[in-house]
Amino acid sequence: MNFTFDDDQLAYRDAVDSMLQAEVTADRIRARWESATGIDDALVEQVQALGLGSMLVPESLGGLGLGPVDFILLAEACGRVALPESVVDSVMVATPLLVDVLDRGLGNGSVQRVIEGLCAGELSVGVGHPINPCINFADSTDWLLLARGEALYLVPTDQAELRAVKSVDPSRRLFEVNFEPNPEQRIAEGDAGAALWRSTLNRGALATAAVLLGLSDGIVRQCVQYSSDRQQFGRPIGANQAVKHLMADVAVQMEYARPVIHRAAYTVAVAPTRADFAVSHAKVAAARAALLAGRNGIQVHGAMGYTWECDLHIWVKRAWALTREYGGEGFHKNRIHQWLQQPNALLGPEFTFGRGSLLDSTAA
Amino acid sequence: MLWLRLNPHLVPLNAEGVTVRPIPQLNGLPGFAEIFFDDVRVPVFNRLGGEGEGWRIAMATAGFERGLMLRSPARFQQASKRLVELYRQRGDDIIDPAAEDAVVRCYMDAEAYALSTYQTASKLAAGGSIGPEASCNKIFWSEMDLLIHETAMKLLGPRAEIEPTTAAEIAELGTWLDGFQFAQSGPIYAGTNEIQRNIIAERMLGMPRK
Repeated sequence: MNFTFDDDQLAYRDAVDSMLQAEVTADRIRARWESATGIDDALVEQVQALGLGSMLVPESLGGLGLGPVDFILLAEACGRVALPESVVDSVMVATPLLVDVLDRGLGNGSVQRVIEGLCAGELSVGVGHPINPCINFADSTDWLLLARGEALYLVPTDQAELRAVKSVDPSRRLFEVNFEPNPEQRIAEGDAGAALWRSTLNRGALATAAVLLGLSDGIVRQCVQYSSDRQQFGRPIGANQAVKHLMADVAVQMEYARPVIHRAAYTVAVAPTRADFAVSHAKVAAARAALLAGRNGIQVHGAMGYTWECDLHIWVKRAWALTREYGGEGFHKNRIHQWLQQPNALLGPEFTFGRGSLLDSTAA
Repeated sequence: MLWLRLNPHLVPLNAEGVTVRPIPQLNGLPGFAEIFFDDVRVPVFNRLGGEGEGWRIAMATAGFERGLMLRSPARFQQASKRLVELYRQRGDDIIDPAAEDAVVRCYMDAEAYALSTYQTASKLAAGGSIGPEASCNKIFWSEMDLLIHETAMKLLGPRAEIEPTTAAEIAELGTWLDGFQFAQSGPIYAGTNEIQRNIIAERMLGMPRK
């Protein structure tokens, strides 16, 4: 596996990154907290203009035909600015799930229409994976993908029952969702449904891991800035080793989460049925880095770090929320533990990329 | 600028005037020594590199210590694989509830270390170079090495302290105790982990030097 990204991938990342850095400021995030929907419509249009809505849709369905490896750097960029909107969920979870349904020859007339609407930026879809108790921004969606047992339903949002619950993160708008299963809205069931939910979990956990890495990066950047500016005893507090080491520890965790996330993206792309271990590792590593970034980040800011006024908590609270989304540490460590317990598990350096096939490919 | 004129030379240890006094390490083995030179003479032919290149050679060596070459990722993947095997083997004898978490973490970290090495290799192959982020490497493997061996000691329980001498003991206890003792040196040599944290904070993250 080649871990370098090509010029197109990096140029796309840079375009999205610079737009987000300019438009998603802490002040504008705070403004969302006071608004009815919590969504900045102008920003959503800018994201759409950069082609994100259709990037993971195959060209045969009118999309850009790109894959998870292309998206992973963009997800990280979304985390870096603590983007509140569910761009990552929509691009990496909802849309590929619908495409998966079509690929399996399943679905009803609505599925293709909804994919086309997503590509055009005309509608939005929320996903209610059974592992998550709530759906973020469910009230602003047009459609919901919902589970009942293994079955998968595509339900117009106005036909579901939504109850708002409050998140620790004021940027999130969570809803518990209930619905009456209607056989005409069922688009998969049985083993096919179970397989769809399973790959959705992996895509969701992978995307969340990349966002968590971006959040960690955003936190470290703020800490470096603050500890360079804030003077105490005639010098910046960041000159003290005790402060430096708090940030160095976060940097180490991030350095060793990044290639793990990239392998997981690659595995989801080329060998999705064998991606459980790689994805769980990515989620655990990214969550570990982000939680440490939050804790050490607050410490580096001193008492300012515990104020509402200091922007840091925008990032830290998102990290607290996302470490639990699409499976917390316990869920993912258990998946790895179960795999390590199997007598026929492929362990050791010769199986870093699975049995052979993953080593052959060229671009990451 | 004395260091600009640094000229390392290869000196045969049996040359006249060379006295070697081994320093036994914590594990009892003589890994280091005091070396005394009394009027030792070697020909210029023994100089390593060209005239005045000593500093560059020393820095290149230090760079490899922090870069890819010092500790092979395969070694840690093998160690973590043996740890998983020990964990399976000990089964119901394990009474520490933290063991499961530690074994999972060791396996993940060994994988992460290997993946990071592949990432660096990909970067070098594409014409890039090793930057200050390599200091993360030193901290990560040395702490992982401690955790792997601390976990093995935990799994072996009260018998972990036994230095294996008989064939039966070697089969039962392996080389975990040796490795555990050696792992104590990891956070110290090749630049202590505290120095590495300073390098990461200042050169990689851009925090103020003073």
